[in-house]
Amino acid sequence: MTDNQQPLVEMRNISISFGGIRAVDDVSIDLYPGEVVGLLGHNGAGKSTLIKILSGAYPMDAGDIFVDGQPVTIHNPRDAKNLGIETIYQTLALADNVDAAANLFLGRELQSRWGTLDDAAMESACRQVMGRLNPNFQRFKDPVKSLSGGQRQSVAIARALYFNARILIMDEPTAALGPQETAQVAELIKHLKSEGIGIFLISHDIHDVFDLSDRVSVMKNGKLVGTASVDVVTKDEVLGMIILGKCPPQVEPGPGAVATDMSIEEVC
Amino acid sequence: MVETSVNPVKKLLEATEVDTRILGMVAVLGLLWLGFGIATDGAFLTPRNLWNLSVQTSSIAVMATGMVLVIVTRNIDLSVGSLLGFTGMIIAVTQAEWLPALWGYDHSMTWVTALLVGMVAGALAGALQGFVIAYMGVPAFIVTLGGLLAWRGAAWWVTSGRTVAPMDSTFQIMGGGPSGSVGELATWLISGAICLMIVAAFLRGRHLRRLHQFPLRPVWAEFVLAGFYCAGVMGAAAVANAYPWPSRIAERYAQAEGIPIPEGGLVIAHGFAVPVLIAVFVAVVMSFIATRTRFGRYVFAIGGNPEAAELAGVNTRKVILLVFTIMGILAAIGAAISTARLNAATNAQGTLDELYVIAAAVIGGTSLAGGVGKVAGAVLGALVMQSLQSGMVLVGIDTPLQNMIVGVVLVIAVWVDTLYRKRSSL
Repeated sequence: MTDNQQPLVEMRNISISFGGIRAVDDVSIDLYPGEVVGLLGHNGAGKSTLIKILSGAYPMDAGDIFVDGQPVTIHNPRDAKNLGIETIYQTLALADNVDAAANLFLGRELQSRWGTLDDAAMESACRQVMGRLNPNFQRFKDPVKSLSGGQRQSVAIARALYFNARILIMDEPTAALGPQETAQVAELIKHLKSEGIGIFLISHDIHDVFDLSDRVSVMKNGKLVGTASVDVVTKDEVLGMIILGKCPPQVEPGPGAVATDMSIEEVC
Repeated sequence: MVETSVNPVKKLLEATEVDTRILGMVAVLGLLWLGFGIATDGAFLTPRNLWNLSVQTSSIAVMATGMVLVIVTRNIDLSVGSLLGFTGMIIAVTQAEWLPALWGYDHSMTWVTALLVGMVAGALAGALQGFVIAYMGVPAFIVTLGGLLAWRGAAWWVTSGRTVAPMDSTFQIMGGGPSGSVGELATWLISGAICLMIVAAFLRGRHLRRLHQFPLRPVWAEFVLAGFYCAGVMGAAAVANAYPWPSRIAERYAQAEGIPIPEGGLVIAHGFAVPVLIAVFVAVVMSFIATRTRFGRYVFAIGGNPEAAELAGVNTRKVILLVFTIMGILAAIGAAISTARLNAATNAQGTLDELYVIAAAVIGGTSLAGGVGKVAGAVLGALVMQSLQSGMVLVGIDTPLQNMIVGVVLVIAVWVDTLYRKRSSL
């Protein structure tokens, strides 16, 4: 079990506000090696914001982040990548006007010994990694704008995997995909898990992530409702956490959990 | 397998992998020249006119190469004309007033010192604008609109509005003219060297493709393409060498150097003008920066999706700051060319240049939506603009009509480009 191991990532008491609105309020979550943690909640619950703090896109107002038990500071995406934290964003975050290889290596281009871009080497590496992820992919010279949703998704995934991520964040990874491609992503997640990579899987749809996750953390209105191992809760109970913020008795309630003896007025 | 077409033109385009947009521009330029040639009974196509055309294009072409990067990052620089005026004034004052006070007139280091002082001033001015845009978040349109007024005022302020002349005699070489041309032999040597470089680039490209097992172009296509480029270079050299010095200047030169004047007069060819060589050099360097360096890759990535570039770890603010700094340096180089050509700096110099520079970049296929643009296209765009103007003067079209035609052509060019983009993205 994961209990006696050191967490790969620990985010403690994270808070961030945007113009007076507490988008994330005192949230603590953690992730162990080889584990998949599903981060669930409604649209606007603060999942993506929390994860963007970890990936360096937003600076947090308060809280601490530990990687391998060591406190770390993440000011920007470069810091996060240096810690082995790779993110696949919901929007994919691809530069549409350049090709797959340029996107794969964006920010970490291969250079020749003259300090110039080594496009041939990058394309060659891109062909290899895409060959594993999406063997049918052939359009290496085209700007990614002209690719299909699934192809774009595989470019975004390839970018996260190529640089040996230890911590992978996937924000709604299957939102743009058909059933077959979704199944492929599920296979990929299982494979990465077996390699000891820790994965945060973010979704507003419990069906997407429940079967893939080891634990689920549920957020509501910027607060953590609770974190539970999928072995001890049912889908309906998790749904209750998402919708009502109601923690089942076997789960330790977080700051965002609604106490069972609370009146209806306080819930609303 | 890539399907091969039956249509021979399509087959040629596919095999050579040539950029159809650039090819289209070359065709437009060809038609324009042919049209003006016919309308002026050949006067437009004389070596003399083409040589002058090339010199007149240089300053705008230099700045247009930088404007490509500015526009690709979804910004705009309205201040380049004023920046040219300001840096031109600094360059002129440095060599005509400050340095002579220290070193006396016609010191051998004067020209390069003046040029460097101007480039540093341009870099600082550009960096200041870039800083306000990138780090303080003021839109580029507003910052450079302010710059348009401020730098023009600064140009005035440097000498209280006085025109500064004459320039250092070595410095004047940068402006062209008989003494600012490299002569016949050097022109052939330079052209030969460029052709060798073209051939070397083709061989290297083929070598790299083979190394990584990418599909190769057919050999005949390589020959067609390389031959086409080399023919273009050699053609330009032949034209530049077919334009002799005016006979009076040649005679005076012969007397000064003690060369006997042969029967039928002395013929000394101009060869390439120095400002044209500067522009070509700048274009090659800028093209290299845009396509072969990390910085260039970031410029395009930011243009395609600024947020994605930021999330990928690109320091987008620094890139924007650098883009505007480069634009400032290029404005100073443009200023050096135009002050050397005029042999003076006035505070009205470069007025409206920003519009010609932006027009050249846009006609050259740079998209105002960002993310798309080519340095070579911008240079061709500058040549198209200048050809249009020069041609209309030769044909004898009234000045107000000229401006109206240039305006209409600009709009039509962008419209055609929009149509092209829509079709090619389908």
